[in-house]
Amino acid sequence: MQSLHIVSAYDEELKYLSKRIAAMGGHAERMVEQSVLALVNADPDLARKVVEDDAILDQGQREVDDKAILLIGKRQPMATDLREVIGVIRISADLERVGDLAKNVAKRVASVGDNSKQPASLYRGLEALADLALTQLKEVLDVYASRSVDTIGFVRDRDDQIDAMYTSLFRELLTYMMEDPRNITPCTHLLFCAKNIERIGDHATNIAETIYFIVTGEQMPVERPKGDKTDRIVIPAK
Amino acid sequence: MRTYRSYLPDIMADLSDRQKYGARRFMRNLWQARWLLAVAVAALFCVQFLADLPFMVLPAAIVALLLAAGISGDAAGDGEESRAAAEAGELQSLSAENLAAAVTDPLIVFDDNASIIHANAAAIAAFGDLRAGMSLQLKFRAPEMQVLIDAALTGGGSPSADFIDKLPVERVYRVTASAVGHGSRLHVLLFKDQSEARRIDRMRADFIANASHEMRTPLASIAGFIETLRGPARNDPAARDQFLQIMQNQTGRMARLIDDMLSLSRLEMKPYLKPGARVDVKQVVESVVDSLGPLAKENNLVIERDFADGPMEVPGDRDELYQVFENLLENACKYGQDGDRVVVSIARTDKAPQPGIEVTVRDFGPGIPEEHIPRVTERFYRIDSETAQSRKGTGLGLAIVKHILTRHHGRLSIQSELGKGSAFTVYLPTN
Repeated sequence: MQSLHIVSAYDEELKYLSKRIAAMGGHAERMVEQSVLALVNADPDLARKVVEDDAILDQGQREVDDKAILLIGKRQPMATDLREVIGVIRISADLERVGDLAKNVAKRVASVGDNSKQPASLYRGLEALADLALTQLKEVLDVYASRSVDTIGFVRDRDDQIDAMYTSLFRELLTYMMEDPRNITPCTHLLFCAKNIERIGDHATNIAETIYFIVTGEQMPVERPKGDKTDRIVIPAK
Repeated sequence: MRTYRSYLPDIMADLSDRQKYGARRFMRNLWQARWLLAVAVAALFCVQFLADLPFMVLPAAIVALLLAAGISGDAAGDGEESRAAAEAGELQSLSAENLAAAVTDPLIVFDDNASIIHANAAAIAAFGDLRAGMSLQLKFRAPEMQVLIDAALTGGGSPSADFIDKLPVERVYRVTASAVGHGSRLHVLLFKDQSEARRIDRMRADFIANASHEMRTPLASIAGFIETLRGPARNDPAARDQFLQIMQNQTGRMARLIDDMLSLSRLEMKPYLKPGARVDVKQVVESVVDSLGPLAKENNLVIERDFADGPMEVPGDRDELYQVFENLLENACKYGQDGDRVVVSIARTDKAPQPGIEVTVRDFGPGIPEEHIPRVTERFYRIDSETAQSRKGTGLGLAIVKHILTRHHGRLSIQSELGKGSAFTVYLPTN
């Protein structure tokens, strides 16, 4: 009876960790969603809420780290269990970064200011980019719940789409800045927002790789060259 | 843990219960008729004594009497009670799974470890993969759902929450958690769809924003031409003809815009497909090609077909898929004018995540610049507004295509090379 008790407590601890990851994931998804909403609707109150919520994710990551280290020390996990614990530490770090990026988008809402001065297509583009990144994050965390890594190939395709969208937005923003120097301030902030959202997609991809490692014990096949082509964009002055 | 499968023995036990129930009722009838029976048996003894009948007649007569009393009571007895008993028996034998399947709202049964025991078909249609054993908290990560599930597990009455699922299409649910029976350790999550009210609000706001923005341009140009016609160009027949032609184009554009906005709104009103219907893609594409024959001819294009053999059925809505292929082929005819043909091909694919059908519409026009490709499905996105206006585009066609494909769990991918043409590929899963 004694050993059974110990194993079930061990299971409980592992389960608690994955529950904390899910809760952190939920908060991260919500923060990204709300930060983009605040940006599109120029809503400083919602933006402030997102900035405050970031503390929850920071707290979550600290707790997961503590509990994971305690578990390694106490139970000396092997094989799957060890991968699970290490994976949890990595995923919580990625989620915490996603929260920081969302917070950064929210912080810029005030600086972008009155959004009726910028063309609507810019905000539609940012929304579309955020939808792609959020879908990526949601699907990856769904795989964490279902453990069906055989379908995880989608993250690579989605990553390419996000990069293509980001490249297109980058170019559009540069064009607006060249048209009128008064656009430079808001457009630079929007450029950083777009970059942050694109980074969120990258963190989701990282999480997908971690999940693949947890479930299979192998690294995901080597990544293809990046599709982000903004490093080569030059718009000549007229 | 008690799963719904473990109720099976109960159902088996219930069958033998019915046999026992018959025997009990027989005894009860005898008991109810006990005084009458006593008198009858006494009478039999009297007859035996007086008439001096053979010895075996008496017991035989008593047995016949008892049987008659037992069964007749049965026939005359409480029919209502027996019907109620039969219904109770049916309710007992009703499996939880069948009951869940009969509920049209998403419903999830889970245990006190928050592991999913059973999700009904509506739940799987709404939230995808929900296999038994999966952790509820890992699947429903929204902060309000986490709070709700925690409250349900610690046993605080019937907590409820508003759950907003933004992707792939926005849905709003009122979710209630409640315990099943007493001490069964099972709980139920019931999702009530509230999306419609929210969507109507959103639709009105979107419609006003889009209408005011997109209608203003053609309206301003019409107003300007009317002013000119009434003033400086009053007596200039050549200018009048030209202006009237422009005004006609602009009103046509406004009419198309309204049509497209309405059809997009209609799609947004019902985010789910009716389940069960299957569509023959080949037949739909065939009829689209036929109906766009005149447009192709007008633009000096030939539509070529390249269809794979065999049936090409996918689950979906025929009218919506018709609109997808119509919009794509119409675009190909409008923007592919420089080429002399448009190729429509249908093929089966086994690519991940699941097998499906790919329909490709390829034109040989000027192509789309690379930086615009990811953006063309956004509403009112225009690569070059001059060309789009002259080719009668509203900026909504591809947004409608994308919307319909999302509902069909499909995808639109676009390949294009400047100067060589574009290929729009629709992927639809066969299951």
